[in-house]
Amino acid sequence: MGGHWVPNESPSIVQLFHAIIDAPLYHLVVEGLLLIWVFWLIFRKSYNPKDKAPLTEKEEDDLIEEWQPEPLVPRNSPSFDPDHPALNPRIIQSKIGKYMVVKGRKCLNVSTHDYLCLNEEPSVEDASVKSLEQFGVGSCGPRAFYGTAGHVHVFFEERLAKFLSCQEACLYSYGFSTIASAIPSYSKRDDVIFADAGVNFAIQKGLVASRSEIRYFRHNDMDHLLELLLEQQRLDEKNPKEAKVTRRFLVVEGIYMNTGDLCRLPRIVELRRQFKVRLLVDESISFGTLGKTGRGIFEHYGIPNSEADLITGTLEYALSSVGGFCVGTSFIVDNQRISGHGKSSSGYCFSAALPPLLAAGALAALEYIESSRGIAAIERLRRNCLLAQVEWGDVPGMELVGDAVSPVKHLQFKDRSENLKDDSRALQKMVERAEEMGVALTSACYVEDEDVCMPPPSIRLVVSSALDDGDIRRVADVLRRSAPRPGR
Amino acid sequence: MKEDAMMHISMEPSDLKHMKNGLPLTMNGVAATNGEVKYRGHEQPVLNDSVHPAFPPPVSSSAAQPSSHLCESHDEMFEEPPLLIAFFTYVGYAILVIFGYIKDFYRKIGLVNHLQTTDPREKEGYVPLYSSFESFYTRNLYRVIRDCFNRPICSVPGAEITLKDRVSHDYGWTFQFTGTTTRCINMASYNYLGFAQNSGPCFEEARKSIHQWGIGMASSRNESGTLELHVELEKQVAQFVGKEDAITFGMGFATNALNMPGLVSKGCLIISDQCNHASLILGARLSGAAIQVFKHNDMVSLEEVLRNAIVQGQPRTHRPWKKILIVVEGIYSMEGSIVNLPRILELKKKYKTYVYLDEAHSIGAMGPRGRGVVDHFGLDPKDVDVMMGTFTKSFGSSGGYIAGSKELIDHLRTVSHAAMYATSMSPPVIQQIITSMKIIMGEDGTLEGQKRIRQLAFNARYFREKLKAMGLIVYGHKESPVVPVLLYMPGKIACIIREMTKEGVAVVGVGFPATPLIESRVRFCLSASHSKEMLDKVLEKIDVAADLLSMRYSRLHPYNKH
Repeated sequence: MGGHWVPNESPSIVQLFHAIIDAPLYHLVVEGLLLIWVFWLIFRKSYNPKDKAPLTEKEEDDLIEEWQPEPLVPRNSPSFDPDHPALNPRIIQSKIGKYMVVKGRKCLNVSTHDYLCLNEEPSVEDASVKSLEQFGVGSCGPRAFYGTAGHVHVFFEERLAKFLSCQEACLYSYGFSTIASAIPSYSKRDDVIFADAGVNFAIQKGLVASRSEIRYFRHNDMDHLLELLLEQQRLDEKNPKEAKVTRRFLVVEGIYMNTGDLCRLPRIVELRRQFKVRLLVDESISFGTLGKTGRGIFEHYGIPNSEADLITGTLEYALSSVGGFCVGTSFIVDNQRISGHGKSSSGYCFSAALPPLLAAGALAALEYIESSRGIAAIERLRRNCLLAQVEWGDVPGMELVGDAVSPVKHLQFKDRSENLKDDSRALQKMVERAEEMGVALTSACYVEDEDVCMPPPSIRLVVSSALDDGDIRRVADVLRRSAPRPGR
Repeated sequence: MKEDAMMHISMEPSDLKHMKNGLPLTMNGVAATNGEVKYRGHEQPVLNDSVHPAFPPPVSSSAAQPSSHLCESHDEMFEEPPLLIAFFTYVGYAILVIFGYIKDFYRKIGLVNHLQTTDPREKEGYVPLYSSFESFYTRNLYRVIRDCFNRPICSVPGAEITLKDRVSHDYGWTFQFTGTTTRCINMASYNYLGFAQNSGPCFEEARKSIHQWGIGMASSRNESGTLELHVELEKQVAQFVGKEDAITFGMGFATNALNMPGLVSKGCLIISDQCNHASLILGARLSGAAIQVFKHNDMVSLEEVLRNAIVQGQPRTHRPWKKILIVVEGIYSMEGSIVNLPRILELKKKYKTYVYLDEAHSIGAMGPRGRGVVDHFGLDPKDVDVMMGTFTKSFGSSGGYIAGSKELIDHLRTVSHAAMYATSMSPPVIQQIITSMKIIMGEDGTLEGQKRIRQLAFNARYFREKLKAMGLIVYGHKESPVVPVLLYMPGKIACIIREMTKEGVAVVGVGFPATPLIESRVRFCLSASHSKEMLDKVLEKIDVAADLLSMRYSRLHPYNKH
């Protein structure tokens, strides 16, 4: 073949060919071996402990055959206790108001959170009937997809924002989902949230859903909060790059559902400013009850509510409807309306809108609160709270916790027994005895395994504006008579 | 019922060349390759008269051979977009992003300013509240077409709907009402059986219940919030879906989110459909269980995940899973597909798992008796462990339920977060459900319920067939009352909504992030209250819009065949 090359062939290949022919044999052998070695290196099966022989189909089938799942209802489910209160709920046979009918008996109601007794207010009823006549019951779609009733949802939001002097409000269709959705729409993975250890369950779920780092400070302990904030500051100084993108939030309740305490707002606002954390306040209970005009915890302390970044509340307590709301600046609230923050946890955009008749009822209730009658009712409520604190405080063997101005108070045992269940049972008996005496009480219910900081078993007493002094004394009398004897 | 025109189009290899963009054309888990159509999820298609028409019978198991002929019973389609369309959709996004940056630049130099973009705290040295991308998307892309969402209405969302007109003088940042209204045919609301009404028995009963009970409860179910009405509703729901007991909640979203933690916990596995609703995803996350995802309605993928999960056990420790819960929906509201329940129940038995079925959209809307997908497939409700559903859609009310064995429901009553902490359902809302459910069951002594169910079934099939015949790409199952039509390009969402509103039809457009980035779509929800004339009018308008927006992407249609 040698020099017989065709001119149009590439010279380099020809040269290569020549070189091979001219090369000594040992060269070729060595190069050939090298080439084989390279190929072997490339294609050999590397040792990897993961690549152990895969299971055969038979082996897999055997494993599947062997696997025995646990039953869907866990063996330790509390439902196997036939006396569990949740399985035998009190069934109410009348409208819930100042009184309610239980087992045919008319009972004075100190168990529902209808602080201003608006469930019996005719203007609320009329407004919801009027809305029913226009819109029917259901909204048949989320707010984004034609579920927004113009006269109702939009007006309510505008009215509420004005009432709380905020830029914007948004309306949720369920009280529980409001704060539980609001927290994860701002706080994400790697952010830090400081939360009071006494926060209610909805807030706890919001904290979990956010997947942020949660630092609980002892209930209402501002020194502990300061300590945690200082600790965070030290961490930030160590790692300033991370500190620049780590958002910090502080979550508190206006009045704590689990204890009836007020939050220490003035100190919290100071700390917020000092450490530049964003403040989220849940005013579920304090909205409509605290402050001269019912504007909540900020009015109570005389602090402008622009100090909070977001205020959430519920329509289910003072407004006696269903649903929840968030208020704040447009920059903050608007974010919840958009599904832009991914398929995370928004109960606003992925849920059907609040039925218009419920929003209309809440709107009427808000108008009531703004009226002179409403202001008088709030004044009466405050008086009742203070009186109840004194009257209900001397039940033998028990103590009343909660702030004097709070409409929610907890009556719990002074000396608690080892077994929570015994205490709960004793309280349940107390509720039954009181019911026979014509007063409807309720013991506070918790999901025992899940609640982060389970408060001690208690009777949750709720004061309403409809009670008069005689009623409050009567309740005090019933509490004393129905309380478990010492030694239980 | 008219036969599906597409079923009889034979596919030749040469057609398929045009149909690819690197991926095979797929229809309902039916992957077409080399002129063969292979069932991806629903097993091998066997022609058998005795089976339910909706899905072919599951034969043995994964060993089924692909069939060599075009299947006659594929009912669900997910046609791939043409390559060129996919490309231009991305180009469209690129243009939007460029303009977004220009707008952001204007904002930065202070040329334009809006409340929604100004963080009062940022000046004080706070960490920015939103990450740059997510706020970029809503600020610059969503905002431009914001007039198409959150539209206020001022009538009952029935067969027709009245929109409150509004204008924006600042490109979608704020809106003002003009005081005028527009009457539209409503193809948007989830009003499947037409119970969104402000007259008739449901309305009368709801009004009575407001007077009798008020609207607020102000207490949770387990404390002081259980009326006789709640007990009655739960009995009736259990009877309706064919389970021993049921528990109800005030919000459908929360029903999922707050009850799943009562069913599974750490050490358990949730196997979830890729397209599951946000509430199911949140519930799964709150439960603390591990989550694995299978391809949308793809039974082969599900079985693979299942086998692997049981064989491998928990990650790292390889301990066996405590229990495995398959979580699926009856009808997927964005895809219009129907879950392949027969196959899922078979897998459930084979692998000893539990099934959680979310019938938010299917309860009332599917099945000859309106009892949901279980009724649709003629299956036994006993085989589905957890049956969840909502009252928002077919019953024209609000809230959700979970039905199951007595033992399961008792368990939920004691551990459910919603039963323990959330306020119980409002009386008029319950009354609406009780009355409408009685009508569906025929307990009111009329055939009204049956009439509505049949009308919806007819409407759903008729409307879908007509859309397909126009050469549009329509996703989903042929009997599903949710009919999504693919637009691909995000700009077309706004365009079709505005055009259709002008013509007197209210529709819903959906884009990223509710759908994959390039699969923007317009969705039609059928209702029993739509008359055929209404649908014909809507179809006529869509036909015009389809030309205007060149929406006829489907290559299965003779019109588009090359």
